[in-house]
Amino acid sequence: MSTDVTSMTATEIQAALADGGTSVEVTRAYLDRIAATDGELGAYLHVDPEAALARAAEIDAGSTRGTGLAGIPVALKDVVVTEGVPTTSGSKILEGWKPPYDATVAARLKAAGTVLLGKTNMDEFAMGSSTENSAYRITHNPWNPERIPGGSSGGSSAAVAGGLAPWAIGTDTGGSIRQPAAVTGLVGHKPTYGSVSRYGLIAFSSSLDQAGPMARTVLDAALLHEAIGGHDPLDSTSIDAPVPVLAESARRGAQGDLSGLTVGVVRELGGEGHRDGYEDGVIDSFGAAVARLEKLGAEIREVSCPAFDLALAAYYLIAPSEASSNLARFDGVRYGLRVGDDGARELDEVMALTREQGFGPEVKRRIILGTYALSSGYYEAYYGQAQKVRTLISRDFSAAFADVDVLVSPTTPTVAFPLGARVDNPVAMYAADLCTLPASLAGVPAISVPCGLSEGLPVGFQIMAPALADDRCYQVAAALEAALTADRGDRGFLDQLAAR
Amino acid sequence: MSTLSRDEVAHLAHLARLAVTDEELDLFAGQLAAVLDAVAQVGKASVEDVPPTTHAVPMTNVMREDVIRPSLPRDVVLAGAPAAEDGRFRVPRILQEEA
Repeated sequence: MSTDVTSMTATEIQAALADGGTSVEVTRAYLDRIAATDGELGAYLHVDPEAALARAAEIDAGSTRGTGLAGIPVALKDVVVTEGVPTTSGSKILEGWKPPYDATVAARLKAAGTVLLGKTNMDEFAMGSSTENSAYRITHNPWNPERIPGGSSGGSSAAVAGGLAPWAIGTDTGGSIRQPAAVTGLVGHKPTYGSVSRYGLIAFSSSLDQAGPMARTVLDAALLHEAIGGHDPLDSTSIDAPVPVLAESARRGAQGDLSGLTVGVVRELGGEGHRDGYEDGVIDSFGAAVARLEKLGAEIREVSCPAFDLALAAYYLIAPSEASSNLARFDGVRYGLRVGDDGARELDEVMALTREQGFGPEVKRRIILGTYALSSGYYEAYYGQAQKVRTLISRDFSAAFADVDVLVSPTTPTVAFPLGARVDNPVAMYAADLCTLPASLAGVPAISVPCGLSEGLPVGFQIMAPALADDRCYQVAAALEAALTADRGDRGFLDQLAAR
Repeated sequence: MSTLSRDEVAHLAHLARLAVTDEELDLFAGQLAAVLDAVAQVGKASVEDVPPTTHAVPMTNVMREDVIRPSLPRDVVLAGAPAAEDGRFRVPRILQEEA
């Protein structure tokens, strides 16, 4: 097997394993790269090389060797609970906690024979857009170590972009898969709400949270998505529908014929009159990608979704409100940290001290904001109003999808910004999610696929589709990926990764 | 400009069982005022006769057969607890002692 396994796609690793390669070789190559570079990169919170190699050896010795995803390493965002493996959600309040069970996503990947490399860094409880809100460490962008890797799944994006995992699981509440994928040159997909089980994801905002794939190619993302998707009786919001056929859609898309497809460019997400905060380089790269889709046969239309202008305001009321309720479970009683239990203090006081020491500033801000938005006297003006705006956003999607097959926009208004630039300004940090929030609020699927560089940093192209039409996201993304790769004549960032 | 006074932040923190420091109160009051300004934009929408959305996909109650299944072993669950005693979670006292 090539020594260059850390710059292969997962699909290439799969072929190498089917051709007689061993999971131990592949896993060791990734562990070596982690040992050599993660001290500086900061992608992982927990790696257990011995456990990973033992697991790889078990797969190599078993009957599934060389089939399906068996033996391919994977990294999981630390919000996914893993039996016996430390899980913190990026928070001090869960430091040292070993969950007694596996999340459905983790269990399905285990059943598929994948090898867990480790748990990746994240903004505490998935609240953030730069991974700087992690209680443990700063994660750097492999493209430029002084830039953010995106967030909240920034450990997963840095690991995959830096050659420290072939692919990874992220979670997306308002853009936390798509935005980190965009700023590190990866493919990241937020599935239709309810199509991937939330059982065992440490909850942030339950009406929005979804797990999904982060990968180096559209086909890899589709394969990983198929492995985790589908109905789960343990999640009451899980949709009882078959796993959509995604890899096949990606392969069809890569053939490059989009005739008959209508693409809607969303005016409110970076169009004329809606460019405050958008970088020219992002707008240019996005525009060139739209033109490329037209060249592949797609019909392009501009579409207006006026309620999208209010998505950021609605999201930053709904998500903190749900979070203030969800995070009540961290009370120092059943798991995690307990502070101040000296025999004299009462329960309430111990809870307050535990939460004071266990939570970081952004989590506290959101709990306070959510408590405010839900309190009597403000409920109707804030939370109630935000839920009605959510309805308007869903209606805009429905109206648009009556005319077009997919909607497109830049994934983020800017390329990766410098570490530290927005950490003291929550409103500026929230603006990183401007383009990803509407799909989250409406529960529709959306993918980010690389569409070029601006100032040497990756730009992401977002494709949104109607609920349960995730296959369309993969089809269009694969068509764009194949066309841009052919235009360039190289493997883009995979070549760079191999050279690093 | 929306305002959120230091006292209001302290009250909300108490409701949420957060023992915030003086420095945090000063910091959060300013930052949350800016956030409230941004989120108050929702008030611009005309929402007469618009129903609220609580979930993006239609939800119905999910029923299943009432079958007895094994639960997690008690020892395994208590292993993650900050304090346990006699097979139970040990918690700080919740009642004042009798005078």
